[in-house]
Amino acid sequence: MKVRKPALPSPDKRWKIADAKMRRLGYKAHALIETLHAVQESFGYLDDEALRFLAVALHVPPSKVYGVATFYNFFSLKPQGAHTCVVCLGTACYVKGADKILGAIEKHCGIKSGETTSDKQLSLLTARCIGACAIGPAVIYDGVVAGHQTPEQTVAKLHGILAHGT
Amino acid sequence: MVLEELLAIAEKETAARKPTCIRCCMAAGCMSSRAAEIKETIQRVATEKDLISKVEVRRVGCMGSCGQGPMVSVEPGGLLYQHVTPENAPSIVDALIGGTAQAELGDPKHPFFARQTLVVCANSGRIDPERIEDYIEAEGYTTLHHVLLEMQPAQVVEAVLKSGLRGRGGAGYPTGLKWGTVAKSPGTHKFVICNGDEGDPGAFMDRSVLESDPYRVLEGMAIAGYAVGASQAFIYVRAEYPLAVSRLQTAIRQAKQHGLLGIGIFESTFNFDVELRIGAGAFVCGEETALMASIEGKRGQPHPRPPFPAESGLWGYPTLINNVETFANIAPILKNGPEWYADLGTEKSKGTKVFSLTGKIRNTGLIEVPIGITIREIVEELGGGAPDGAKVKAVQTGGPSGGCIPAAHFDTPVDYESLVKLGSIMGSGGMVVMDDQTNMVDVARFYMQFCMEESCGKCIPCRAGTVQMYNLLTKIVERRGTLQDLEQLEELCDLVKHTSLCGLGQTAPNPVLSTLRYFRNEYLDLLQSE
Repeated sequence: MKVRKPALPSPDKRWKIADAKMRRLGYKAHALIETLHAVQESFGYLDDEALRFLAVALHVPPSKVYGVATFYNFFSLKPQGAHTCVVCLGTACYVKGADKILGAIEKHCGIKSGETTSDKQLSLLTARCIGACAIGPAVIYDGVVAGHQTPEQTVAKLHGILAHGT
Repeated sequence: MVLEELLAIAEKETAARKPTCIRCCMAAGCMSSRAAEIKETIQRVATEKDLISKVEVRRVGCMGSCGQGPMVSVEPGGLLYQHVTPENAPSIVDALIGGTAQAELGDPKHPFFARQTLVVCANSGRIDPERIEDYIEAEGYTTLHHVLLEMQPAQVVEAVLKSGLRGRGGAGYPTGLKWGTVAKSPGTHKFVICNGDEGDPGAFMDRSVLESDPYRVLEGMAIAGYAVGASQAFIYVRAEYPLAVSRLQTAIRQAKQHGLLGIGIFESTFNFDVELRIGAGAFVCGEETALMASIEGKRGQPHPRPPFPAESGLWGYPTLINNVETFANIAPILKNGPEWYADLGTEKSKGTKVFSLTGKIRNTGLIEVPIGITIREIVEELGGGAPDGAKVKAVQTGGPSGGCIPAAHFDTPVDYESLVKLGSIMGSGGMVVMDDQTNMVDVARFYMQFCMEESCGKCIPCRAGTVQMYNLLTKIVERRGTLQDLEQLEELCDLVKHTSLCGLGQTAPNPVLSTLRYFRNEYLDLLQSE
C-alpha cells in the first residue's frame, strides 16, 4: 500500500519536523510516541490540532492518540510557562529534603506542583528521579541540573530567573 | 569492516596517545557542576602553556564518586582531583610542570575505589564515550568479531548459561536460559530489546553505563542478536536521561558508519540494526510487556504472562528483552570465558553488580562490587558511613518494589536469595541509605504515593489498592490512624501483592511490609492511643 503524505495543518515549519519523524518510521502506528516527542519538542506542548493531525497521519483513532498523550507524564497538553523548574522527588533526593525544597517554592511562588504562575512566567514540575541521586537534592532550572540544593538557594535562584532570566 | 581494519584503528589510537592524559568526568552528575567548563579551561591552559603536544585532555564517563564531583584524573601518577572548579582547574595543569594544584586531591586507594571489581564499568571514566575509536582501542568489538566468525549461536547461548549471569534488571532470571528460549522459538523474525527504562527512584546505574560506555551495550546486544537469531533491536531509554540518549545516538551512528551495526557485520552473514526509542515518563514501562506496548506506540500497559516475550513479544514475535547492565556484561563474559565470570560472586549469584549508593551516606556514587559482599562492607567501608556522626538505620534496596534492610542485618551478603529472605530484593541496584532522622513510615508512604501515581490503571487491585493503602499510611503518618487501620493496611498489602496483574502492583506493598517487619514500633508510635 502506498502511503500518502498527510496534509500539514499549517505552513508552520515545525510541522515538517513532525512529518519527517513519521516518514522515517513509515507513517506506521508505532511512530506515535516518537512523533509526540517531536511535536512537543518543537511546539512546547501538544494541542488538539496536533493530536488530530497525528491521528489522521498515522491512521490511529483520535481516542487512542489522546489516550497515549495523557498516559505518559512527559507529555503536556497545556503550554508551559516561560521558565520551568523541576524538583526531583526521587528517593535519594527525598531523604535529603526535596519535599522541603518543593514546599519552599510552592510557598514562594504561590503555585502547586504541575501549575504555572498566572503571569505565565514559571511552571513548577516534579520528576520521579532524574538519576542525579549522588548530588541530591537536585533541581532542574530551565533544563540545567543543579545539585546539592537547599530551600533558600532554590528560592533565591528562582528569584534571579524571574527577575533577569538567569 | 574486517579484523585488520579494527586492529588498525586501535593501533592508530595507541600511537596517537600522548604521555600524559587528563581525564575530565563528563557524566550527568559532574556536568551539573560545570564539568564542561572545567574541561575547556584545562584544554585552554594546556594549549597556552604549550603542553598540548604532551598532554591529552579527554572527556570521559563516570568515575564513580559522583558526590565528590566534578572529578578530574591525571595519568601517569594516578592523581584524582575532586570538587574541581573552573577557577582551580588551571592549577591542575600547573602541577604537571612543577606548580602546586589548588584543587582538592581525592584518594584513589580509598576502599570506595579499592574494593570495587570492574567488569561493566571497566571503561567507565577511562574512554571517551563519544568516540568509537576509544572503545576499539580498549579491545572493543574484538569479542563480537570472535563470536560472529568462530562461534555457533548455540555455543554463545551455552557460554552465557555457563557464566551464571542473571538478569540485572532486578528479577535475576538466568540470562542464558532466556536466550535459549528465544533461540529455540520458531520463526525467522525475532527482536532484541534493551531495557533502559530505569525507573526506580534512587537508581542510576543504567544512566551511568549508557553515558560512560554505550558501545559496550551495543556490542552485547549484537552478540545477543546473533545468539538468538534476531536482526532488529530496540533500545528503550527514559526521556529523563537526555545525555544518555544523545550519547547513544552518537554511538549508534558511529557504529553504523564503521560497519559494526547494519548489514553483513565483519563480512559475515549477520545483519543487526538498533533503533533508539525514548520513553515518556511512565514507570510501568520498565515492566517488559508494558515496555513492548510502548515501543508499539501504545499506552504502556502490561499484559498477563504467559505468553512470555521469549515466545510472543514485540508485535507477537519472539523477543529477547534484557536490562542495560545485563548486555554490558556479555562482551567481557565471552572475551574472558564463562569460567572467569563464574569465579566472581557467590554459588547462586555470579559476577559483579553495579549499585548506586545514595542517601545519608558520606561517599555517594556508583560502585561495582562482586556479588556476595556484605551490606556492611558497602555502607561502612565503601560508603564511609553516615555523614555528620549520624547513625545508619537502614538501607533501602530495589526501589518501590523492594524493602528496607535494618542495620541489624548488615552482615548479610548481597545476593538475589539473601535479600529476598530479608523481605527486600536485589532490584536494579539502587541503594538508598537512611539514618536515624528518617521516619520509616514516611518512607513507606513515599513509595506508596509513587506506586499509586504510577499505577497504569489496568487492573483493580493495583489501581484502587494503592490509593487505599496510601490513604491509610497518610492517616498513620498524621497520627490519626488506629490499630484497625494498621490491620486493614496489612490485609490490603496481602491482597494487592497476590492479585495484581504485573510486577508494579505485585511488589507495591513491599516497602510497607518490610518496614512493618523491622520498624513496626515506628508505626505503633504513630497510632492514636485510645
